[in-house]
Amino acid sequence: MSGSLLFDAIVFLAGALICVSLAKRLGLSSVLGYLIAGVLIGPYVLGFVGEEGEDILHFAEFGVVMMLFLIGLEIEPRNFWNMRKSILGMGGFQVVVTVLLTYLLFTFLGFDWRVALVIGMAVALSSTAIAMQTIKEKGLMDTTFGISSFSILLFQDIIVIFMLGALPLLTSDDHSIPVDDHSTATLIENLPIGLQTLAIIASVAVIILMGSYLIVPMLRKVSRAGIRELLIAAAFLIVFAISYLMEFVGLSPALGAFLGGVVLSTSEFKHELESTLEPFKNLLLGLFFMAVGASINFIVIAESPLTIGGILLAIILLKATVLFLAGRLFKLKLDQKLLLTFSLAQVGEFAFVLLSFAFQLDILEPEQMDMMLVITAVSMSLTPILSVVNERFILPKVGTKESIPHPMDHIAKSQKIILLGFGHFGSTVGRFLRSHGVEATILDFDSNRVDFLRKMGFEVYYGDATRLDLLESAGIKDANLIICAIDKPSVTKEVAKLVKENYPHIELMVRAKNRYEAYELLNLGIENIYRETLDTSLALASDVLHKFGFRKYTLNRQVHNFITYDEESLRRMAKEPRRGKDYIYRARQELAQQEELLEKDLKRGLMTDDMHWDGEHIRKTLKEDKENRDM
Amino acid sequence: MKKVLIVFAHPRFENSRANAALVDRLGAKEHLTFHDLYEEYPHFHIDVKKEQQLLQENDIIIWHHPFYWYSCPALLKQWFDMVLEFNWAYGPEGHALEGKTVFNVITTGSSREVYCSEGINSYTINEFLRPFEQTANLCGMSYLPPFAVMGTYNLTDDRLKAYADKYENLIDQLQNDRLTESLSNCLFLNDSSLLKN
Repeated sequence: MSGSLLFDAIVFLAGALICVSLAKRLGLSSVLGYLIAGVLIGPYVLGFVGEEGEDILHFAEFGVVMMLFLIGLEIEPRNFWNMRKSILGMGGFQVVVTVLLTYLLFTFLGFDWRVALVIGMAVALSSTAIAMQTIKEKGLMDTTFGISSFSILLFQDIIVIFMLGALPLLTSDDHSIPVDDHSTATLIENLPIGLQTLAIIASVAVIILMGSYLIVPMLRKVSRAGIRELLIAAAFLIVFAISYLMEFVGLSPALGAFLGGVVLSTSEFKHELESTLEPFKNLLLGLFFMAVGASINFIVIAESPLTIGGILLAIILLKATVLFLAGRLFKLKLDQKLLLTFSLAQVGEFAFVLLSFAFQLDILEPEQMDMMLVITAVSMSLTPILSVVNERFILPKVGTKESIPHPMDHIAKSQKIILLGFGHFGSTVGRFLRSHGVEATILDFDSNRVDFLRKMGFEVYYGDATRLDLLESAGIKDANLIICAIDKPSVTKEVAKLVKENYPHIELMVRAKNRYEAYELLNLGIENIYRETLDTSLALASDVLHKFGFRKYTLNRQVHNFITYDEESLRRMAKEPRRGKDYIYRARQELAQQEELLEKDLKRGLMTDDMHWDGEHIRKTLKEDKENRDM
Repeated sequence: MKKVLIVFAHPRFENSRANAALVDRLGAKEHLTFHDLYEEYPHFHIDVKKEQQLLQENDIIIWHHPFYWYSCPALLKQWFDMVLEFNWAYGPEGHALEGKTVFNVITTGSSREVYCSEGINSYTINEFLRPFEQTANLCGMSYLPPFAVMGTYNLTDDRLKAYADKYENLIDQLQNDRLTESLSNCLFLNDSSLLKN
């Protein structure tokens, strides 16, 4: 029962909406919701989706590519380099030992050695999509568990290329290698291993060069044009182009996208790209999970439930053991080890690719292929369930928790400041903060200025502060403080409203053009308002008075008195009702207020009631006192 | 001729009759620097290097201030805290002020009689000034008795003028080295019979 594209879209979207919101309400991860939705709409339950499920799976894999691009954006090259040990060490250990053990298991079960080896390779690969989505959803990317998982997955992404390259070597000579129009398009397939490696290095170099010399200049041009959808188009173009290039040379598009992300992670467009691609990535990943759910072949399971169940259990146990050992080898704490074990103990999406390729090469029998595909899909679906078991029943019994943060991280995190606007006002604020070792995440709308400031070594990002998604990718969730140094009052008000509505707990410190802007900000409930015209004009005025013979220290004190008094009157007048937006009415009202201020100044007098350090005053009082007594 | 630096601290100089009389008399004397701290540092942000330079250029230092709460105004205390650095003014390497002469010039509202063990202030001016004296000692400077203009609430203009004359005369004689040891024996410099009146 299938039909038009529209019908498919309705089925998938409705399935996702119902199941994911249900899963979330039950406190489960969204991944599980998508998988269940896939099973429900799949051919064996409701039957909305049939054969096309596989095409959708292929299409939806693009979500994985986008996810890795976004992960890359968050990992700066420096950090990537720091991770090399855990990538090679943990990743290498996990893959080699898993392949070996699975190979032994399957030869023991009586499979041909070639089949056993292919299955071993497929089993060694975990699911980047499921594991990373869960880790990001739970905000565990910065924990040792998150980094370890990511390292292992990244190593798998790299090693899968060599696995695919090695598969043809496994075919027995009497089989002719079938021509597969999909894979012959790749360049490095037929090259000897040494040249393959060279080709890989070359394409990585191309991505790095492209990133710095093509993509960033392009993004600057696009941002200067000031058309929002062009940036979205550019973001997609980058991901598509990198994927195409990678597929063309026969590398994993996900790996390429990850590298592209790393290259762009130091550019000013980081947050803009993140916020643009994030929703698309989530939808595509959801689609991917649903396709996995829909592809579970319940007929195969029904035919030999015990065999499949047994093998599935054995594979999950085997993977879990290897992961636990890897965690132990790299001295992870017990709770981190358990998290790692449960989140990566599945056969991942690369297994689909590897198995079907092996099937085309006639290494696998159709029954073996079906069995492994089912095991893969089910093991992926079990991951979120196993994670729930781990979190609800095992972890609470294990004492240690990763709640002891590193001292440095703590300081960095506790001072999360976002500075909006980096013109004359904002840059002075930023410079002063920086001279005290307080680095703010800076957003500015002028890409020329962003470019220039980045050259000066500031961490400035390009973006529109009135977009909540952009503020979110700049880390507003963890921010304690937002400084608004935007020049345009209308934008300032919009940002203030946005933050007040969505993140009322974050402290806002706002630049105001003048009294009248300050009134409006006060009425929005903002407490920390800095009128740009107040301190400077009083500094000038007190210098004038000094030229007329007033003492500087006295003027300093009076300036502070004046500011206090003026702040009070500001807060009082802000409460007065203002009718209409009519310009003339407003202007008249402002004049009336000015008049009121001046009158009050007069009534207040020339600050003569200041008795501090006034010897004359004491002298007079004592004298009067004495005279009174003498009389 | 010796060079004199007056470190002057008054947060409300414009309202002080006594200090106006004293300072006006100094006028534009040669080899005398009148250094008005509250005018120089209204935000209490003292330029330490500049202050140390000034101190080093002069032979006689005068701490001239009203006697607030048995001590000096806040900015002069700040000046001590910041300018007299370790290993510059004191400490094993701190010899910058050694051999210089220093004393306080103070103005008090109440008269001399209340500054004694029987009076309401319980202690003498010299006792209250111990922190200044010891500061000078630690920095290797020779500390002279204070020049104290007391009972300013009741001073007539004539009496004030007399004090100003004495102040001027004191600086003249110090600059020309005509006053010596004998000064350190009196309670107040203004008591000294050596000063012409």
